[in-house]
Amino acid sequence: MSTDNLIAAIAAAGAARPPSIARRMAAALAIGGLISGVLFAYDLGVRPDIASALQTWRFATKVVIALAFLAVAVWATARLARPDADGRTALVILSVPVAMLALAVAGELAVSPASAWPASAIGSNSRLCLASIAVLSVAPLSALLPALRAGAPRSPAMAGAVAGLLAGSLAAFLYATHCVDDSPLFVALWYPPPVALAALVGAAAGQRVLRW
Amino acid sequence: MTDRETHWAGLMRAAIRGDAAAYRRLLQELAPVLRALASRGLARHKRGSEDMEDVVQETLLALHLKRGTWDERQPFSPWLYAIARNKLIDNLRRRGRQARVVIDVAIDDIGELPGAEAPPAELNGVDAERLISRLNGRQREIVVAISIEGASARQVAERLGMTEGAVRVALHRALRSLAKAFRAENPTELSTKPPKTA
Repeated sequence: MSTDNLIAAIAAAGAARPPSIARRMAAALAIGGLISGVLFAYDLGVRPDIASALQTWRFATKVVIALAFLAVAVWATARLARPDADGRTALVILSVPVAMLALAVAGELAVSPASAWPASAIGSNSRLCLASIAVLSVAPLSALLPALRAGAPRSPAMAGAVAGLLAGSLAAFLYATHCVDDSPLFVALWYPPPVALAALVGAAAGQRVLRW
Repeated sequence: MTDRETHWAGLMRAAIRGDAAAYRRLLQELAPVLRALASRGLARHKRGSEDMEDVVQETLLALHLKRGTWDERQPFSPWLYAIARNKLIDNLRRRGRQARVVIDVAIDDIGELPGAEAPPAELNGVDAERLISRLNGRQREIVVAISIEGASARQVAERLGMTEGAVRVALHRALRSLAKAFRAENPTELSTKPPKTA
């Protein structure tokens, strides 16, 4: 088949109605989020004192940081699914919520006595935190990866990693509304490992399924 | 030569709105540019131009299948070159070389690239020929009728007793299978692997 023949075939197929990644991503997030949301509501649920907790800076900061990670990960996942994406810009923007978390930790260290740090960091729910975030990120990641196959990432591993970060951030947000350990020290110590695990799984899976 | 950028982006936008003639024209204009890029990329990795047409065809297929990743508000050329670069790397990797490829050709340089001639007939997508034979019966029939015999989708639809929409869907699937076959293609296995019939 000559290239002219191929062009004839492609032109006959037509360029109309291109597969939209944004729409597929949104659908995947809705499905994955719904499954994790139901799982969360059934097993954990929002903490009963959420209304008063929201008045405290620690809880509010925890939720805002989780949402910041989620927002940045959604943006990066959509961006890195494209062949001409700039990975460095994505890394710079991903560092924003990391900096927010670092600032919150610094704030906690400044306002609380050193003797209270270990108890704040260790908290009372660390194992539940690790397990819940890991489990709750499974459905969103499983839904996202097939949706991203419509994409053409420059780096399939990196696209998979940010999809994992997205799934992990969504799970972290859900779990944050349940957990009573609000200290930034606890959040900085126990939230990142399961989120990083989701990102690693995403990277490994992306390397396999997102090649094009 | 932002003229060319505007021109290509305009054709692609028209194509996405359903203008088949614009799409065809765009692909025809891109082929020699992609050929020059592929030839240059292969030469830089000390490879002959025998794979050039395969890289061009894979790039055109990817452009088509991944057109949803082009953001109409963004320039077209960097997107196109990113796809071309990816397909070149794929080809180099498949041939068992460690590829670290940078297409450092600015948009303005493309016009000066040498060697954008069409290849001699015997180098005309040798692998694609074999890959077509792996398509299933109906898909192969449609691809051959449209691409080689030059039939229109409507003519093929009449001949096969299908709707035009169904022909387009089958054609789209065939193009996807073709891209997949390119990707899975391994020169050492190609001769031993029986054609896939589904």
